[in-house]
Formats: sequence, structure tokens, C-alpha cells
Amino acid sequence: MATTLKPVDAVIVGFGWTGAIMAQQLADAGLEVLALERGPWRDTSTDFATGFAQDELRYMWRHHLFQNVSDDTLTVRNNTSQTALPMRHLGSFLLGTGVGSGGVHWNGQIWRFLPSDFLTRSHNEQRYGKKAVTDYDLTVQDWGVTYEELEPYYNQFDVLCGTSGKAGNLNGTIQPGGNPFEGARSAEYPTPPMPQTYGPTLFGKAATELGRHPFPHPTGNLSQPYVNNFGAQLGACTYCGFCEKFGCGNYSKASPQTTLLPYVMAKPNFTLRTESEVLKVELSPDRKHATGVTYVNSAGEEFFQPASIVILSSYILQNVRLLLLSGIGTPYDPQTGQGVVGKNYAYQTMSSVNVFFDDKLINPFIGAGALATVVDDFNGDNFDHSGLGFIGGAYIAGMITGGRPIEMIYTPQGTPAWGMAWKHAAAKNYLRSFSLSVHGSCMSHRGNYLDLDPTYRDIHGRPMLRMTFDFTDNEHKMSDYLTDRAAEIAKAMNPREIKLNRRVGSWSVVPYQTTHNTGGAIMGDSPASSVVNKYLQSWDVSNVFSMGAGAFPQNAGYNPTGTVAALAYYSAQAIVQQYLKHPGPLVQA
Amino acid sequence: MDKPVPGRRHFLISTAVAAGAGVAGSLGAKVHDGELGAPPRTYKGGVPWTEGLADQPPGASGTDFKFFTPAERAFIEAAVSRLIPNDEVGPGAVEANVPFFLDRQLAGPFGRGDHYYLGGPWPKGAPEQGYQSRFSPAQMYRAAIAAIDKYAHANFNGADFAKLSDDDRDKLLKGMESGSIPLEDGVDAKTFFAMLLQNTKEGYFSDPIYGGNKDMAAWKMIGFPGAHYDYREWVTRHGEPVPFPPVSFKGRPGWNGES
Repeated sequence: MATTLKPVDAVIVGFGWTGAIMAQQLADAGLEVLALERGPWRDTSTDFATGFAQDELRYMWRHHLFQNVSDDTLTVRNNTSQTALPMRHLGSFLLGTGVGSGGVHWNGQIWRFLPSDFLTRSHNEQRYGKKAVTDYDLTVQDWGVTYEELEPYYNQFDVLCGTSGKAGNLNGTIQPGGNPFEGARSAEYPTPPMPQTYGPTLFGKAATELGRHPFPHPTGNLSQPYVNNFGAQLGACTYCGFCEKFGCGNYSKASPQTTLLPYVMAKPNFTLRTESEVLKVELSPDRKHATGVTYVNSAGEEFFQPASIVILSSYILQNVRLLLLSGIGTPYDPQTGQGVVGKNYAYQTMSSVNVFFDDKLINPFIGAGALATVVDDFNGDNFDHSGLGFIGGAYIAGMITGGRPIEMIYTPQGTPAWGMAWKHAAAKNYLRSFSLSVHGSCMSHRGNYLDLDPTYRDIHGRPMLRMTFDFTDNEHKMSDYLTDRAAEIAKAMNPREIKLNRRVGSWSVVPYQTTHNTGGAIMGDSPASSVVNKYLQSWDVSNVFSMGAGAFPQNAGYNPTGTVAALAYYSAQAIVQQYLKHPGPLVQA
Repeated sequence: MDKPVPGRRHFLISTAVAAGAGVAGSLGAKVHDGELGAPPRTYKGGVPWTEGLADQPPGASGTDFKFFTPAERAFIEAAVSRLIPNDEVGPGAVEANVPFFLDRQLAGPFGRGDHYYLGGPWPKGAPEQGYQSRFSPAQMYRAAIAAIDKYAHANFNGADFAKLSDDDRDKLLKGMESGSIPLEDGVDAKTFFAMLLQNTKEGYFSDPIYGGNKDMAAWKMIGFPGAHYDYREWVTRHGEPVPFPPVSFKGRPGWNGES
């Protein structure tokens, strides 16, 4: 039934950040590269121009740039005793689609994980004993790759984006003004940090008074114009406050469109097909080699695309589903703990503290996706966890991404959600309040995993992905401790009042939290405990590489994109320098 | 700094809104929907570019009601006037034209559930699993309004919801909010209340091209300047009032000779 197409050297499944990075890297190495993207072509001037980009209703609430769940969603439940039901409307996370995907509507928060984050099991066991890791049935693992190995590739992404920030640790020397807890950087940020508005400035002052170490958030919303090594030009951010959930009309936010696509699209050995959704990776009879992918386009035509290398660069939830549907790797079984595909699904543990002033005009509409002053004193293992009863941590940020009024009006504790009292509280507090964000890690747990749903199917007749997830005691304790630390800073700002929004109860699919889903296709040093090796290469099918945060064995207290990009570059380097010369496993099992 | 720039912005917006409103676009505005309707395409050799192509916002047009029946409209006005009441601080939802906004939303793609998965089976599920109704939003409003009126008749001396006193309406709305009021015909009161409140705030605070937020009065009330896109000179002017009056995609009074 499927039409067989002319073979290519590499087929790229999904054309967001990692797809664009791999396309550039592999096309520059001389391969014939084809990218398949299920959504449409998108670009700044046609799809989110400044004349109509600041549209809260259309983009945030009507999901104009997000995955449309009407024909394909996933099912969710908190634990295996429940029946998973479809996520019928986007909420907790806002999945991307189309060219650029989440790279179009992200905030541009560019972080590196801590060196100890890559050693979650061994580091914590060594410092706090085995029980600290195993007490809550946590299934955390080391990554199989170190910060030092990834550092050049983190740097490569900074150079691509023109990341604005201030180094806190340059080649081992602590720098004033930066994050003193970060791993050693080999270079300063390409552009200086964004100037801070009033709210983040007040936060920084209060944090300093408490002995914390505030610094400006590293950002892909650029502080000044920048031309990257591909000749792509980015403009200075204008602080319009429509960043996360929106496309940038101003070429100020690093995205595949603003950093890579003009270069990649012009390569004669690169082709992009849009509205083309990959259904399955096809395997050789011995199931050790991928022969290509089967995809269907928006006209309903089905094709088999032969390829020597298959790069899975769709979002983690799609990548994991494709592995399961294609029979690559052994599915994870939460009862026995055996199997690996779908194992260690994790998320991000978010809470916040709202701050209300009488005497200070915060003007929250002056915002940007990564406009924040941050303290990292309580992230990862930057502090002594002895006796606290949890591992992990969070950054605390005085952050103003915008003042979009449907989403971001804060009202004091006890204010009803509607009626005259709500309206008066909104009118009184909108200009004089903002929020401290507590962006917490999420450890992996034996009962949190991804598999295929037994009941619900997508428009193509394939089983939907099933997500089984809840926050564990470790995460609740961590989040409470960190929320208290944020409240200390909030109080030190001398506001009229504050409001704590703690992380309570089970995970819910309804309120927006963050689109930082991780795990399920985790990396590691052994096929018994991971899906891919340190180069993101499948242990089972060595010409399949799985990109993205699915590789995270657990999630750190940072936004994932910096690490996702660094891993993609690291993988690309291994493919170009090692795999192409000697196709086959890059790490012997 | 805050002088209107008639050239670019007006050009973009007038083209976009004219076409969005169904008025014949002057500049050959081509149809481009950023999420739907694209045939499969192959791109090779460069970034594609088509002159005049813009993913125009789908603004509301007309003044008549398309979705709500007169009885439903009376219900909606009676409900949203309690969710956001009118006083001298700022407009109520009715004064901000939210019922018209809701009508256009429900008559369009949102009402049809274009971004909802509505396939079966449909067990009720846990609250953490979110929306689990088979109804699209338009079906939900229609069914819920009828079910609430039925409840009102049975519990408030045969009166429609729209005929109840402010206090009784608030009582009923609070019961829906908490889920303590049982409704018939497959309507979950809490689910509908959450949708109605969310949509009401959307109509109150979204750009006026969608039919609500009349005269940008809700933005004026809180001090949100609207669709500005450059605040650079204000970034380090900490604590100073930003004197911009609100602007929408269609500009604001005083622009382009409008009053």
C-alpha cells in the first residue's frame, strides 16, 4: 500500500530544535538528509508577525501553535489502579507541532544542568547513603555522560543562540555577577545579560540581603543584536511580554527559525517535507537494523522512506511512542522493574509565591520569556540535604515573562475567583504584583512510566501513549522546602502580603505547569537499564538515534532545552566522526 | 516613542482584520491558516516565502447573535453579569460585550471543539484527568443552560435562572463552582462552571477584535497597555507609571483619523 521512495542517508523525524540541529550537522557532513514534519511550515513574518503576535486568546487559550489533540492525544492516570483517560484538552503541558515546534513557543530559558545532576544516583549515594536514593522507590540513575563531556556542546548551543547571560564559573574561576554554583564554563556568554525590570531587581536585592547569590537568568531572548556563525541575525528583545506560548515577531528569541533554518533550508542536500507524520520505524527481519520509516501525509498518502540512519527528533512523548510501536527495545514493566522503554518518565515540580505591593509599580507587562533574577543556592546538590528527607532542588526566580491578563492576574489569599471582590482585587493588584517561580527537579520513580494505551487510538488507528505519573513524597518534601525558601525572599522584599502556591496533591492534567516532560527513552551505560547509550543511539537498533529529554534518566531543577541541545550536538558529533566511518554500536554492550 | 507608526502597523492590521472580518481584503490577502488546511509540501533549496501571506487573527464580525437563542442569551447575560459585575471601578462582563464574544466563540471552531479530543469511551474519571465529557464546548453550553434552568425551575419557584435575584444567582453559581448542585442530562456543573468562568475572563481581557473587551475598558481598568511590542526604554525606569493608553490590533481612538 505504501509507495516506496528513493533512499536517503538520514531521515529526521520531527523538525523542532533537535531535528534542525541534526539536519545542519548531518547535511554539513555531506549526507543526503530528509526531514519529515507532521505539522505545517512556519515562519516569523507569516505566522507570528509583530502586527498580530501579541494575541493571548488565540495562541495561549486557543492553542493555535500547539499540537491539536482532536485527532491524537495521550491518556493519563496517576497510578496503575486507575484507568487512563484521554487528555481531551491541553493543560498541564503545551505540546508543540509544526516546523520549529516547541522551539517557536518556548520561553528561551537556557540552562546547563549541574555536574552532580549527571550523577544523581552515585553522587547522592556517596554523600547521603543508599537510603536517600532508595527510600521512596526512586529509580534514579547516572546519565552515562558527564557535564565535562557535554560542556563544549552546551557552549555550541550558546554560540548558536547568542545566549545572553553572565558566566559564574569561567574555567573554574568564580566570576562576580554570575551563578557561582554552575559547572565550569569554557567561555563567557555570547551576549551580556538582559537589563532587569523592577520586580526581578527587588528580588535580587532581597536575596542578597539574605546571603543568597542572585544572578540574571541566562536567556535566548537577546539583550542585543547578534549574528551567529550561520549568518542568522537576531534582534534585541523588546520586552513585549508575549514569549512563552507565542512566537516572537521580532527575531529576538532563539528558535530554529531564527538561528538555523535559513542556513539549513538552503543546503542542496537537505529536503523538508511538512504535513508528513511518521507512523513507524521499519526494521530488518532480525530487528537489529532500521530500514527506514513509514509515514502518511495530510492527503492520506502513505510512503515508505528508506534511510541508512533514522533520527527520532519528535517530542519525547512521540519518540517513546514510536519506539514502542516499532518494537525497538523492551517495554518497561512497573511490576517487575524489567524492560526499559517508557521507564523513568518524569516531569518538573513547580510551585510559586505571589508578591503584592501597595507602594511599588511593578508593570508586569514589561516582560520576556527569561526575564528573571535567579538564585541557585537550593538547586541540585548545591546545599546540604542531610536530615531533609529528599534529594534534588529547584531554582527560585523573581521572573516576569509578561502580564497577560487572562492568565497572569494575581490576587491575594482568600480572594474569590469571580464576582465584584475578584474584579476589585484584579484592578488593585495587577500593576503591583508579580510571582516568584520555584522550578523544581523531579526524580524518577518505579511507578512513573509510559506505555501504550489498551483502549484509545489515534486517527491513524495506532494506540495512544499512556502516561502513568504522580509526584512522590520526595518531590513534595523538596517542593515544600524550596517554597519556604522562596517565601523568605518574598518577605524580605517588604511587600504588603504574599501568597504561597504550594505543590499539593496528585499531579493533574488540568492546570498549566510546564512542558518539561522527560524520560521514557533514557540514556545510560547498559542496555539492561537504558534505551540509548551516551550518544543517544539505540542499544537494540544501532542506526536509530533518539533525541530529546526522553533521554533524561530523571529531571533536574532546570529547563531542559540547553541540555537537550547539548545532547543532540554530542550525538551528531559521534555520528559524523565515528558512526559514519564504522556503522554499528558506538558503545559495546 | 509612543507616536503611532501609521505605516507598517496600520498596513498589517488593516489587511489582517479586514480579511478576518470577511470584508474583501484590499491587498490580495491570501488564505493562510497556520495550523490547518495545509497540503503536504516538499521544501528544498531555501526558506519559502510568499508575498502578502499572513496568518490573520480570526476576528469577530457583525452584532447579531448567531449561536445563543434569545433565552440562552438571557441566561448568559444573567450569569456573566454576576461573574464580573459592573461598577465604577471597571466594566462588568455584559458592559464589556462578553456575551457577544461567547456567542462568536461558540459559533466557531472553539464551539465545535476543534482542539478537543472527543472520542470514546467516556468514563467520568478522576478530577486530575480533566475534561472527560463527550460534549464539544457548544454542546456543553447548550446542554448546561437547559439543565441549569431546569434546576432553577425546580428549586426557585419555577423561575428561569435569568429571572432570579442577584443573591440567588450567586448561590446557584457557587453551588456549580463547588460541584454541590446536581444537574441532569449528563452535565457536570463543576465542569461547565469552570468553562464558563474561563471563557468569560477570555472575553473580558482578550483583544477587542474577538468581540469582547469593549473599548479596551477591561485593559484600562487594570492598566494593561495591550498589544504594544516595545518597552525597551521602560525596562530600567523602575516604578514609573507607563503612560501608554491601551492599543488593540485595530489601533486605538485617535489613530488613523478614528475617534
